[in-house]
Amino acid sequence: MDKGVTRRLWKDRVATLLVTILALVPLIPLALIILQLAVKGITSLNLQFLTSLPHPPGEEGGGVLNAIVGTAVLLALASALAVPTGILAGIYLSEYRDRTLPHAVRMAADLLQGTPSIVIGILAYAWVVRPMHHFSALAGGVALAIIMLPVIVRTTEEVLALVPRDLREAALALGVPRWRMILKVVLPTGMVGVTTGVLLSIARVAGETAPLLFTAFGNPFLSLKPTEPIDALPLVIFNYATSPYADWWRQAWAASLVLIVLVILLNVAARLLARRMKGE
Amino acid sequence: MESTILKTEGLKAYYGETEVLRGIDIDIPRNRVTAVMGPSGCGKTTLIRCFNRMHEMVPGARIEGKIRLEGRDITSMKLIQVRRMVGMVFQKPNPFPTMSIYDNVLAGYRLSGVKLRKEEAQRIVEESLKKAALWEEVKDALHRRGTFLSGGQQQRLCIARALAVNPRLLLMDEPTSALDPKAAHRVEELISRLKETVTVVVVTHNVAQAGRVADYTAFLYLGELIEFGPTSQLFTAPQDHRTEEYLTGKFG
Amino acid sequence: MEAAKGDQLFEILSRLFALLVLTIALGGFVTLTVLSWPSIKTFGLSFMWTKTWDPVAGKFGALPFVVGTLVTSFLALLISTPFSLGTALFLAEYAPKSLKGIMGFTVELLAAIPSVIYGLWGIFFLVPLVRKMEIALSLPPYGVGAFTASLILAIMILPYATSVTEAVVSLVPEELKEGAYALGATRWEVTRYIIIPYARSGIFAGTILALGRALGETMAVTMVIGNRNEILNSIFAPTNTMASVIANEFTEATSRIYLASLVEIGLILFLITLVVNILARWITERLKVQRGGV
Repeated sequence: MDKGVTRRLWKDRVATLLVTILALVPLIPLALIILQLAVKGITSLNLQFLTSLPHPPGEEGGGVLNAIVGTAVLLALASALAVPTGILAGIYLSEYRDRTLPHAVRMAADLLQGTPSIVIGILAYAWVVRPMHHFSALAGGVALAIIMLPVIVRTTEEVLALVPRDLREAALALGVPRWRMILKVVLPTGMVGVTTGVLLSIARVAGETAPLLFTAFGNPFLSLKPTEPIDALPLVIFNYATSPYADWWRQAWAASLVLIVLVILLNVAARLLARRMKGE
Repeated sequence: MESTILKTEGLKAYYGETEVLRGIDIDIPRNRVTAVMGPSGCGKTTLIRCFNRMHEMVPGARIEGKIRLEGRDITSMKLIQVRRMVGMVFQKPNPFPTMSIYDNVLAGYRLSGVKLRKEEAQRIVEESLKKAALWEEVKDALHRRGTFLSGGQQQRLCIARALAVNPRLLLMDEPTSALDPKAAHRVEELISRLKETVTVVVVTHNVAQAGRVADYTAFLYLGELIEFGPTSQLFTAPQDHRTEEYLTGKFG
Repeated sequence: MEAAKGDQLFEILSRLFALLVLTIALGGFVTLTVLSWPSIKTFGLSFMWTKTWDPVAGKFGALPFVVGTLVTSFLALLISTPFSLGTALFLAEYAPKSLKGIMGFTVELLAAIPSVIYGLWGIFFLVPLVRKMEIALSLPPYGVGAFTASLILAIMILPYATSVTEAVVSLVPEELKEGAYALGATRWEVTRYIIIPYARSGIFAGTILALGRALGETMAVTMVIGNRNEILNSIFAPTNTMASVIANEFTEATSRIYLASLVEIGLILFLITLVVNILARWITERLKVQRGGV
């Protein structure tokens, strides 16, 4: 009897060790990536890097201003397209759920969410680049917007569905028309959750490269026009990293640092907002 | 003879195929407090939800028969107009969480897009909060969120909000059942005073409460109006044996 | 019930945007099919098992890329599953309260790192490492290849599998575990005989979900897989996946048939991920029915 117990305890200890090792191993690549980013990127990160335009290939120096501005423009375009659409669609799914259409829309949103981002890039290429006959920031914005859309729709629907029924009834009982009840009671009550969803979706597309490869395409010059090709941090990182120039590799690391800081800030902002919502 | 503010004629209410109210004829007397009581599932909440046309919001719900408010058939009136004349307070206090106390009171106007001059708005807020016996407690904190108040205060805020649009009839669906005894008592006192300006119909499952606040009481059982009359009369000399059994706690 | 003008308008407006979402999804499928039609017509079903990819001769076949995708994705799954399971169990059962927060945070951080940054790290850290290993094993020192891509994919899908698995594992009812502990079971025995069987379907669903992500992953794979349009003859050979060949060659597709073939690959990828996601959803639904609404 005693021998059996010892064996079991021994097994338990080995299992605990194994599980702990398995859990700690993923930390290694994370630490390595962050370390390399910090070491290789931080020395190149200076004001000049952030405020100047790229130099011709092979020539040292230059910066990523065009990419930083480009990322900002693309995110703004994508948000302008995806946020109103997503929120209104989410409102429809939540407030008119006893119709037949919502089921199909939900499935469509899930389908879009699971689609690889490069395929979405192909769609934006077909719908925007082809008719316009050249690459553009608009095409990139459309691609990113399609990626953001399902997240915003789902989050909005879920958050609004949580708003208690008697809040809606109280407004209706006051003689408030339904559409005003939705816009002025239900939506504001769920606003924090909706905003969190929006922030998270922006954080997700900020780092997307694949859908931009043949939509926004890239541009070594500063461009604010939606009809012109535009650059973005992820695009620059990809192009520099796969180029033969060591100076560009250095800049890729620095640009990565900028990108990851942006993504982390957006995630943290969403997290803080979510915690505030729980606190209320 | 009391003047009647709301009258039903053969009112039946259905949820799909299920008949929940089986032909109710009731006259609600003006400027009095009428209690509607009965065991769970008797249809009392459904009854008052017919009065402000909230019943029909449920998919598959419908009514037969007539409801006349101040003589007019409410199904022929504009929905929004009905809800202006008939206000409702719910069981669980539900101030709008994103609005201040001030904005909550004015919600009936704001949410409908009605613009009020500043003096008008302030007057309405003060009057309504005073009618709801809440003014003294919140007058210095009108711009704080409504959700910071205690349960009883929140409920009085909801009453003020309902009163702010000057309804003729105020429906209250078990307004104190989610409150502690002290807060409940304050709301009951309030109800008795309210009848000076508005007619009150209170749904309650608490027999003693009906005895305390109501001038008239209606007893509902399984969707039928069993008995209706002055509270004192109903309680001391009930005509129907079922009323008596309910009052003495034989079922409930 | 009378609907005021405003109510009608609002419902129509919101319905319009909801319809827009539906249109994008359906229109997407239609667009992919239409754009790839020249290729579908020319090559038919044999596209799926033709291994030639010759833009000059105008002959295209998707087999190298399908194989590349399947091999890298399943290998990545194989590598990462023990770690995602272990991390999930660690987080849910084994970790002391203090570590739980930090570990959860690091898992989220792994998920937040953009693919292109993984690729950058892959090029400058992983590829040289794999090259050293290949030299040590007397293999051709490519450095890049399917194996490297699988490694990076494994790291990238880990957080997704972990979070789903952890969610399912933490849903195991306390009473079940306590009943076992009260009988004198060790922590490992509770894990092995109570937790894992109970959470089995959920763990499987998490795996399928991670597979779905791996199938569509583009950038990091493109940067370390070697970009050779041939079926890999060994795990260490350079090759391409469906996603990476599109990324590489789309802007250089000069002829109509070339573009159509690339889009057809995109269509295949779209359909495969659709099937995988439906599978994952179906498993989750069955899990709910089994457990009665977990």
